[in-house]
Amino acid sequence: MLRAALPLLGLPLAGAGATEEPTQEPGSPGEPPPGLALFRWQWHEVEAPYLVALWILVASLAKIVFHLSRKVTSLVPESCLLILLGLVLGGIVLAVAKKAEYQLEPGTFFLFLLPPIVLDSGYFMPSRLFFDNLGAILTYAVVGTLWNAFTTGAALWGLQQAGLVAPRVQAGLLDFLLFGSLISAVDPVAVLAVFEEVHVNETLFIIVFGESLLNDAVTVVLYKVCNSFVEMGSANVQATDYLKGVASLFVVSLGGAAVGLVFAFLLALTTRFTKRVRIIEPLLVFLLAYAAYLTAEMASLSAILAVTMCGLGCKKYVEANISHKSRTAVKYTMKTLASCAETIIFMLLGISAVDSSKWAWDSGLVLGTLFFILFFRALGVVLQTWVLNQFRLVPLDKIDQVVMSYGGLRGAVAFALVILLDRTKIPAKDYFVATTIVVVFFTVIVQGLTIKPLVKWLKVKRSEHHKPTLNQELHEHTFDHILAAVEDVVGHHGYHYWRDRWEQFDKKYLSQLLMRRSAYRIRDQIWDVYYRLNIRDAISFVDQGGHVLSSTGLTLPSMPSRNSVAETSVTNLLRESGSGACLDLQVIDTVRSGRDREDAVMHHLLCGGLYKPRYRKDGMANMEATNGKPPRDLGFQDTAAVILTVESEEEEDSDSSETEKEDDEGIIFVARATSEVLQEGKVSGSLEVCPSPRIIPPSPTCAEKELPWKSGQGDLAVYVSSETTKIVPVDMQTGWNQSISSLESLASPPCTQAPAMTRLPPRSLVTEEPQAPLNLPSDLRPSFAFPPSLAKAGRSHSESSADIPQQQELQPLMGHEDHTHLSPGTANSHWCIQFNRGGRL
Amino acid sequence: MGSRSSHAARIPDVDSIQRETGFSQASLLRLYHRFRALDRNDKGYLSRVDLQQIGALAVNPLGDRIIDSFFPDGSLQLDFPGFVRVLARFRPVDDGDHGNRDPKEPEPLNSRMNKLRFAFQLYDLDRDGKISRHEMLQVLRLMVGVQVTEEQLESIADRTVQEADEDGDGAVSFLEFAKSLEKMNIEQKMSIRFLK
Repeated sequence: MLRAALPLLGLPLAGAGATEEPTQEPGSPGEPPPGLALFRWQWHEVEAPYLVALWILVASLAKIVFHLSRKVTSLVPESCLLILLGLVLGGIVLAVAKKAEYQLEPGTFFLFLLPPIVLDSGYFMPSRLFFDNLGAILTYAVVGTLWNAFTTGAALWGLQQAGLVAPRVQAGLLDFLLFGSLISAVDPVAVLAVFEEVHVNETLFIIVFGESLLNDAVTVVLYKVCNSFVEMGSANVQATDYLKGVASLFVVSLGGAAVGLVFAFLLALTTRFTKRVRIIEPLLVFLLAYAAYLTAEMASLSAILAVTMCGLGCKKYVEANISHKSRTAVKYTMKTLASCAETIIFMLLGISAVDSSKWAWDSGLVLGTLFFILFFRALGVVLQTWVLNQFRLVPLDKIDQVVMSYGGLRGAVAFALVILLDRTKIPAKDYFVATTIVVVFFTVIVQGLTIKPLVKWLKVKRSEHHKPTLNQELHEHTFDHILAAVEDVVGHHGYHYWRDRWEQFDKKYLSQLLMRRSAYRIRDQIWDVYYRLNIRDAISFVDQGGHVLSSTGLTLPSMPSRNSVAETSVTNLLRESGSGACLDLQVIDTVRSGRDREDAVMHHLLCGGLYKPRYRKDGMANMEATNGKPPRDLGFQDTAAVILTVESEEEEDSDSSETEKEDDEGIIFVARATSEVLQEGKVSGSLEVCPSPRIIPPSPTCAEKELPWKSGQGDLAVYVSSETTKIVPVDMQTGWNQSISSLESLASPPCTQAPAMTRLPPRSLVTEEPQAPLNLPSDLRPSFAFPPSLAKAGRSHSESSADIPQQQELQPLMGHEDHTHLSPGTANSHWCIQFNRGGRL
Repeated sequence: MGSRSSHAARIPDVDSIQRETGFSQASLLRLYHRFRALDRNDKGYLSRVDLQQIGALAVNPLGDRIIDSFFPDGSLQLDFPGFVRVLARFRPVDDGDHGNRDPKEPEPLNSRMNKLRFAFQLYDLDRDGKISRHEMLQVLRLMVGVQVTEEQLESIADRTVQEADEDGDGAVSFLEFAKSLEKMNIEQKMSIRFLK
């Protein structure tokens, strides 16, 4: 994480470090003469990145220290501690170097520190909540910020006119308006830092936080307009300039949002095609989001708005497209970067405050500003809320308004903006800087410290975390549809109507375009909740140390107990034997009647949903090595047992990338692509080792491709198979024959194989039908039949003599898969390996 | 204002409707206009076809069921009081509603339970007071769409029923339904601000 942050931070702080470089440069010639030196000390070459890394390290260590004591962090927000730490560090630097170093440079701040925070907040913004409250958020962000800026600026000017500000503060109305514009904006970083620890209810949080993000456009415009007015001189400002100022508000905000949405679109579209290069997926997210930020910045549009919209817009599609691992990577990198940037910002804020050369104190101005920002913020919130409550379904009550007023924290954005002022144009800059620092410190430290007790004292509704349930998800969708329908009936096209419209548009066009088709097909919110619930259950159960298979009994209480008991015993058997191969026989054994069969299908299906993630997590690392690993194979075989999941399983097999389920087309396509390679490679390879024709395994992918699953006889519903193809119903012989013949043509084995091939299928077939035992002896070669007797008896060794060798052959098999490929093993072992390998490849 | 109330007076039984539903006169008038607009042949009542003509309802996955819920007990005609009575469930809950309500009076139409009941009867097609697995499956089929296979749907339905089913009868009763949603702010989620 540090390394990721380094390139971001390296450049700007290099500037800070560069000031020192010249002083060291002259010293270097005096050092050891050129020649072969055993050691060379090259501090100045690494200085800049080294310092950056050190700062981050110090900040991170400080965080660790803060969190050693839970008492401190529960009382004092981290941002306060960091600012104080910054003050201390700044003091130390000042004392040592006799001058203030390492300021919070506006360039660094806007180009490198701010984007990760904004991206993080935009990307993880609860979009539903955000849009539900968009009206309020926009009002507070636009009207509120304008109100704050103008009233604060004007009031300060009035204060000056009243003679309460020292006359040495040379500033006119425009200067004060400029100052008002930069001091009035609620700061996203500060709000996030404080509110994340307060845990107020979601609506309140999203309103304050959304406001702080969206007001950036207003702040930027106001700041720029005022700045240019000041530079032009108030006498030269024309009426058209005011109009331009208003127009630029729209240009900057809408333009920024548009840039963000364009990049969100590009990002979503790009991740649609990363199936084979999963590793760059997280990178793409960061790059394109950062590109959005820089593009907006370049066009002097609202960069914060751009990144927010980019994160907000792309998330749904990106999350659907990228792999599970990439999702985790994106999440953690984003959080790490944001937290890193936030830490540095607050620390640098503290350090910057030490530099007293930059600021000039005026009590009147400072106190006046403090009073006015608090007062006008409160007044503005009350007025706007009163208007908004006329339109809101859930009115914001007084307590909410208090928290909103009090939560209007100012932060680093204001500080960076005030540093950016031009001293030659604005003579009062030093006073403004000092005032800003005081305001920022006051809001972050005093308000930050007191907001938690305040929230407690006022009994503000806290956010409550409850686990999502399928019922809630489903009914919530129902409610949405109901409300949309009622709005239709009433003939009033309100919010629900438009959201419904948007969702339909999204479903019809956008998702089709931006989501991988497989992802699109699987991606349904209800399904998603179901899927996550299953994962959670599975993980928690495994964490408790339960048997993997028997956990189905836990998560699905309605499963017939008989089944789960059977599975448990199977699991035990497998544990003992360490073999995955005999599982299916057990399963078959338990499945007899039609009712049971149905249960089994359901069970397998649910297992599929349940365990796929586990399988996935194991990923490529296990792909070759641990075929015999029981938990994984169990899940695998289970899922393979149902027609439906065979598809996706096949995809898992064929597409060696570990992640998403793919659509049918994708699967088939990939399956062909790989199976052909596979057949040529593997099959002929096995021929060399063991020339016996009956050993030749049909490639599973090939076989599956050809298998007419659905057209098979209906009564044979349970296609229990291990590794998808080990066991195939008896009446699938035609399908097998087809696949084998196709395999022959591909692998071009000696023609003498043909007769033997036709006999191959039964070997791999096991069914639950009672007549199967009768058929099997005649059909099957003893080498690889799993007679039902064996199946019934499990691993019992007191079997007929014909069975024993098979078992003995089978069991070592699973343990030595890696070697069997090389060593000339028995016919059976090769058979198995081929399947395992083929399945995975 | 004067002209409005004179308009509202044209609605038959306006006072009793207002008392029952809690709608303001302005809302009632607006709904009355809408009712008349939907009633295309000036029949004085709405038929299913009238509602089915509303374009967006046709694409709503629950559209048909919602239309059906306007016609209780298999009736074919929907008069204005009935129309308003259904819509009254979506009236936002006022704070005043709780305070000065006579406990003897029936529950207001827009109470939490009535809102939930409306949603519940969309699931409970056979009106036996329970959402069976089959009924759940049907709703899921409407809502989840084509991208999830039938088997997956069935397993979702199973799990959904199991999740809410507390007495183990394999179906979700209304109480269980309400319980599964007790954490949700139904008053907010099932209200339309427009219907004051």
